[in-house]
Amino acid sequence: MYEFDYHKAKNVKDAVAIAKKQDEAKYLAGGMSLVPPMKLRLAKPGNLIDLNEVGELAGIKVDGKTVAVGAMTRHESVAESKDVKKAIPALAKLAGGIGDPQVRHRGTIGGSLANSDPAACYPTAVLGLGATIETDQRKIAADDFFTGLFETALKEGELITKVVFPVPDKACYIKFPNPASRFSIVGVFVSKKGNEVRCVVTGAGPCVFRVKGIEDALKKDFSPKAIENYKHPASGLNSDIHGSAEYRAHLITVLAKRAVAGAE
Amino acid sequence: MATHKVTMKVNGKAVSGEVESRTLLVHFLRETLRLTGTHVGCDTSQCGACTVHMNGESVKSCSLFAVQCEGQDIQTIEGVATGDQLHPMQQAFKDNHGLQCGYCTPGMIMTALDMVRRIPSPSEQEIRKNLEGNMCRCTGYHNIVKSIAAGAKAMAGAR
Repeated sequence: MYEFDYHKAKNVKDAVAIAKKQDEAKYLAGGMSLVPPMKLRLAKPGNLIDLNEVGELAGIKVDGKTVAVGAMTRHESVAESKDVKKAIPALAKLAGGIGDPQVRHRGTIGGSLANSDPAACYPTAVLGLGATIETDQRKIAADDFFTGLFETALKEGELITKVVFPVPDKACYIKFPNPASRFSIVGVFVSKKGNEVRCVVTGAGPCVFRVKGIEDALKKDFSPKAIENYKHPASGLNSDIHGSAEYRAHLITVLAKRAVAGAE
Repeated sequence: MATHKVTMKVNGKAVSGEVESRTLLVHFLRETLRLTGTHVGCDTSQCGACTVHMNGESVKSCSLFAVQCEGQDIQTIEGVATGDQLHPMQQAFKDNHGLQCGYCTPGMIMTALDMVRRIPSPSEQEIRKNLEGNMCRCTGYHNIVKSIAAGAKAMAGAR
């Protein structure tokens, strides 16, 4: 691993101030996506700003209409939260399926979103529920947040503080995990809230994306049958040893149908 | 690059040492404290051989910096037995042939203990799901699953 300097942030203000002062600074949340590439010398931050003791960034608040999850809230806390299970069961289930128990004890929602891995689970819920990402500077709509492969709308030094999810009528996330890594080869999140339907895919493109063809069909009839003839174009989708673009395109419809059937 | 003095609790004892920012917890445990029961089985944070407990929860000590563990409570495989008396989970691995080469075993046992903390009597399916973060290249997992089920039962009996 390349050398770096370590800084422990006391609070959000402190973290942002350190980031402004230091070169090549990165925030260290759970570290589950940041530390592995550093070990392989694929990432070389000059300074790490540890957020793990910033208490104000962790915690879950649920009211009738929204679920607000602090950026440093661990996956395990979301998965096990009685309030989240009740308000948005799909979100609790998604969090409980990320990585493995050791990863869920450390990994955080803020870290996952800032990293925007092309096969990550959390971005599907954020875009699939039309959540709002709050930072130290502003509020960003999920539709504007994910901009490309490991790229987001976050500016240099901008820090995610929390994510606010509107409570849907129903939602579901289904992933087709790689048998070895458990990352999604394809994962699909669907939600329905009044007349609005969202269908979001991970694992198949450079970052999460919505599928308008499926959303339109589900708006008319929220049933697996309504989308059984939907064929997603394979062009532009990821293709690797785990699955061709055609295979991934096929999985989008299969998993969307299962997600609609399982929505609660 | 500056070094940091860290003090933490490891297996109930206060320990301290001088570390670089980039020193991983697993290297601090193995090289500074000479607690070599915690293993490094991969470079990609996938294998789980380095699993230890931090404040009672399983974590991969290869994905945490030692400097982050200031003031934290760490338990390694060396802190599991009571003197010469194996912990019921260790005994269960021995009785059920839950290991062959043994390289992954410390991580398996630390994961198993965390699993039983969360799910006191796990089903076979729950055991398999909760082993997603630990790899074994010898056993094919069947005897590990059996060992954890037996260990959980023995732990329930001991309570």
